[in-house]
Amino acid sequence: MSESDSGADAAPVEANVPDDVDVDTDDVEPESTDSAAEEDAKEVPRGLPLRVQNLRKTFGGITAVDDTSFEVEEGSLTGLIGPNGAGKSTTFNCITGVHEPDGGTVLFNGRDITGMRPHEIATQGLVRTFQIARELEEMTVLENLMLAPQGQQGEKLTYAVTPGLRGSVRHDEESIREDVWEMLEFFEIDHLAQEYAGNLSGGQRKLLEMARALMTDPEVLLLDEPFAGVNPTLEEKLLERIHELREQGYTFLLVEHDMDLIMEHCEHIIVMHQGQVLAEGTAADIRSNERVIEAYLGEDV
Amino acid sequence: MGVTESFDGGRLRAYLREPSVVLLAVAAVYLLVDLVAKLAGVSAGIAGVKLLGGHVPVSNVVGFVFDGLLLGLIIGLAGVGLSMTYSILNFANFAHGDYITVGAFSGWAAAYVVSFFTLGIDATFGEIILLNAPSLVSVVQTPLAVVVGLVVSALFTIALVLGLDRVVYRPMRDKEGIALLIASIGVALALRYVIVFFWSTSTRGVTSTSSESLPSFSIQVVDGTYTFNLHEVTMVIAAVALMLGVHLLLQRTKLGKAMRAMSDNKPLAQITGIPTERVVRATWIIGGGLAGIAGFLIILERGVLSYNFGWRLLLFIFSGVILGGIGSVYGAIGGGIIIGVASRIALVWIPSGFPRVAAFGVMILVLLYRPSGLFGGVTTA
Amino acid sequence: MSVGKRFWESLPAPIREDDTVLIAVLLALVAAAYFAIGGLQAFLAGSTVVNAAAQTLQSILFLSAVYGMLALALNLHWGYTGLFNIGVAGFMAVGVYAMSILAGDPGGLPPGLGLPVPIAIVGGVIAAAIVGGIAALPALQLDADYFAIVTVGFSEMIRLTLQADTFSGTVTNPDASGYNVVNLLGFSFGTGGGRGINTPLNSPFNFLFEGPLSAVGETLISAGESIGVTAPVVESAAYTTFILLVMLTSYYLLVQRVGNSPFGRVLKAIREDELVAQSLGKDTRIFKIKVFMLGSAMMGLAGILWQGTRGFVNPNTFRPLITFYVFTALIVGGAGSNTGSVVGGAVFAGLLLEGPRRLAGLINAIAEATFGGLPSPNTSWAALTSFDPAAYLGYIVANIPNLKFVFLGVVLVYLMQNRSQGLLGYRKEIASSVDLSERPGKPGEPGAAAAPDGGSNSGGDGDE
Repeated sequence: MSESDSGADAAPVEANVPDDVDVDTDDVEPESTDSAAEEDAKEVPRGLPLRVQNLRKTFGGITAVDDTSFEVEEGSLTGLIGPNGAGKSTTFNCITGVHEPDGGTVLFNGRDITGMRPHEIATQGLVRTFQIARELEEMTVLENLMLAPQGQQGEKLTYAVTPGLRGSVRHDEESIREDVWEMLEFFEIDHLAQEYAGNLSGGQRKLLEMARALMTDPEVLLLDEPFAGVNPTLEEKLLERIHELREQGYTFLLVEHDMDLIMEHCEHIIVMHQGQVLAEGTAADIRSNERVIEAYLGEDV
Repeated sequence: MGVTESFDGGRLRAYLREPSVVLLAVAAVYLLVDLVAKLAGVSAGIAGVKLLGGHVPVSNVVGFVFDGLLLGLIIGLAGVGLSMTYSILNFANFAHGDYITVGAFSGWAAAYVVSFFTLGIDATFGEIILLNAPSLVSVVQTPLAVVVGLVVSALFTIALVLGLDRVVYRPMRDKEGIALLIASIGVALALRYVIVFFWSTSTRGVTSTSSESLPSFSIQVVDGTYTFNLHEVTMVIAAVALMLGVHLLLQRTKLGKAMRAMSDNKPLAQITGIPTERVVRATWIIGGGLAGIAGFLIILERGVLSYNFGWRLLLFIFSGVILGGIGSVYGAIGGGIIIGVASRIALVWIPSGFPRVAAFGVMILVLLYRPSGLFGGVTTA
Repeated sequence: MSVGKRFWESLPAPIREDDTVLIAVLLALVAAAYFAIGGLQAFLAGSTVVNAAAQTLQSILFLSAVYGMLALALNLHWGYTGLFNIGVAGFMAVGVYAMSILAGDPGGLPPGLGLPVPIAIVGGVIAAAIVGGIAALPALQLDADYFAIVTVGFSEMIRLTLQADTFSGTVTNPDASGYNVVNLLGFSFGTGGGRGINTPLNSPFNFLFEGPLSAVGETLISAGESIGVTAPVVESAAYTTFILLVMLTSYYLLVQRVGNSPFGRVLKAIREDELVAQSLGKDTRIFKIKVFMLGSAMMGLAGILWQGTRGFVNPNTFRPLITFYVFTALIVGGAGSNTGSVVGGAVFAGLLLEGPRRLAGLINAIAEATFGGLPSPNTSWAALTSFDPAAYLGYIVANIPNLKFVFLGVVLVYLMQNRSQGLLGYRKEIASSVDLSERPGKPGEPGAAAAPDGGSNSGGDGDE
């Protein structure tokens, strides 16, 4: 990338030198590569929609999350890995308001969301899936998905009931229904649409969980082991979709135990161990990090 | 299952700084000061508005405290069973009040039979067992009858409770709490009206209250007298003895340790090899036995027996159990005593008819602000 | 329950498939049965058959409708949202008492506010809604069991407050020591305390029979008399028809609408897993409060329509037992199903509540007519030791009111053990205002789970 190209660029050099400057243009190397600052200036710096700072959470005498800090870049697929008990799910819970942290800050799009209630956080665009899929068992798959989109007018009691307003609710429902069927087809569970979610297999539940989270149209999606029990081909398809969404600006933070998946797809990986961030970096960094290897070997993964 | 909260100084201090607790403490201090002022006959006010004090005879307050204690001991005793059922079997047993009623009826029927036998009075057996004959039972005149009644009330209730567990609750071990709660309501209704089927709904006096059969004592208290009788004394002695027994059971025996472990953390207890069906049975036996005896004792003290007195006490017992902390036996006893005393002392400030309302209000507040109760225990199922 | 299933399968298709037909047929059966029983009883006793039969008929239909309405309201709380509310009686009390106080005669005992009845009814419903809102607040924090206990506590607190002498308004002389009229915001009123309070609605359909529309009323009465039915029965029957056709239907449609909507979806989600609903951005607290207020208002109104027409109520009318009745009706029919609520109301009123009593009355009538009546021993011991089967029967029949509760208790236990979903509870109603099975781009296809690919999750092959 740093080759000088003499012929073609000579002309611009001459053309760019002002008339009253006395310079021997033969000695001037044309710029053909950008300096570091110029390189940086070409790209709009990526935002940091999610920042976790010094997060702490204790249960009784056990410190599950101990002074954890990390940042997730916009439009990235970031991996969060660590041996069992490292504190990953607890961290998710603290970020999304399920637990109130004992210390530290969580910033979402610059706003301090530490300790906010789960629904407030979700309406702002930060949505998560659960490690043990939580289906609404006595509701059908269709109902599960129709539940997810935000800002449904029909969720207000008066709109649901009043004859005139109900017409507009139906209209909304019909368009949501279209989206829901599309989503079902994409996830290849459309044949299960009218099944009660409680009858689904483990893998199908995971798919439902992810589909439902996506239906909320979140900015940042926290995925807690979403591919457990999902067949590899579908997994690839879903990862493709995740990458597509990334290009559009969506951000994903992914907890997984499948190392190959993480190494292959995540541009940035955070390793947690015993409640703390052990290491951060690209797949190559992590693979060769001794402390990481030690942490995994020392535990029963 | 809930996690027993660890009790360290930092958390206590944080807890004490919570606004609701501060408010409660302020209210408690105000009431205390007001009570002392009232006892002293002193008033204090600003611009003609009375803020504090008044006059309340000391003997009244002493009376309230002792009456409350009597009530509280019973609620506490009965509450032990309810608390244990709730924590070990995970449901609110709405039939517990009727267990108390069953204990009373069975115990008193037995007491009647024995008393008529020992006194050699002529009355038909039907009249005796149906508690329709005029009563001659009292601690003084027929002590044996009272003892027998006590024992029978416990045994009969235990047998009933075990039977009910077999038929109603065991097949439902895996169901959720609400289903069990509804089933227990069914049991409560059925029990109550089976009793009515046999004994009819009439309220009857069951103790002999003439002055020779039931001596009463008066003690002078500052500005009045407080009167009590031997039945009340008997009740207190019996209740305290039973509570001591329960305490010893929990602390000194293996079974007691197992029960404490189970109510703390059931899955853990199961893993460590404590036989749970046995503990469940022990729970019913102890809880049911205490409920039955409590029923017998209340009626000994009150002297009047009705078919739904247990049901009417149920919410009080729930209040005591919740206040003391579900799963904690000591909590049930302590909570019961506090509720009993508080509901009577409240008469200093609020008109009669409302202490019950106050007790239920306290229960609701406890559930909202400190669901684990005063003495810890399981937070929530 | 294969016997039950076989029975269900053997019913004609229109009944199984169409809920309205189901309800109508069931009510018709109950009505016919009671008509027959009432008639038979009267026949044996020698009184006018048609009148007695008509009275029995309208009374059972009235109770079925009322319990159906209450069950529907409770279904909103429990079936849809999973909030187990054992305080139903308390909300009914608030509705009836608020209405009675608002409409009470200011010079009466206890004094009231003297407002016109329609306004008083609205006031009663609003009062019930407000109290419902307050009662919902603990629900925001508590688990199901604890919340249940709180609702009983609330219900009892309401009942005891209404019963207390302090607010009863029975002593209206301000100088008297026992003065207990409540003076609030310039209004004076009392609750009647333990003695109860008059309700103003005792002839709700007066306007049909005495006012400007009396021509309608008179036609009805003369029609009735021509077949042997007396005027009071005609009036009651008119009211019952109104309740059944107008109010019950309205309640049903309202709950259906609420349930089949995004609002209803969130309610179900709260019941299933509140954390999930919250994690999807729904503020579950607001939903709980709204649904609780609506349900309580409905309970208050049902209470008004029912007890408000008796002319007189007292706090004992609203003891917890009434709540148990309502949720027995709901459990029998199936919590979560609206049709189930109505079915449950009819089955409960017909079989569990009134059935035993009517049966006893019938047996007695038969006994009277055939061999001069059954013996009625005074006590259980007397019955037991008589070794006379007729005496056993006589004692049992005389004690049917008590045995009814035992039966009720056994039924509850049985239902919880074996069939906790009730008669129709397995039917889950889809919470949406549009038909979700309609699939865009594939019109006419019901989108059923008839998957040709074996229905498995192996989506890898044949994808575009």
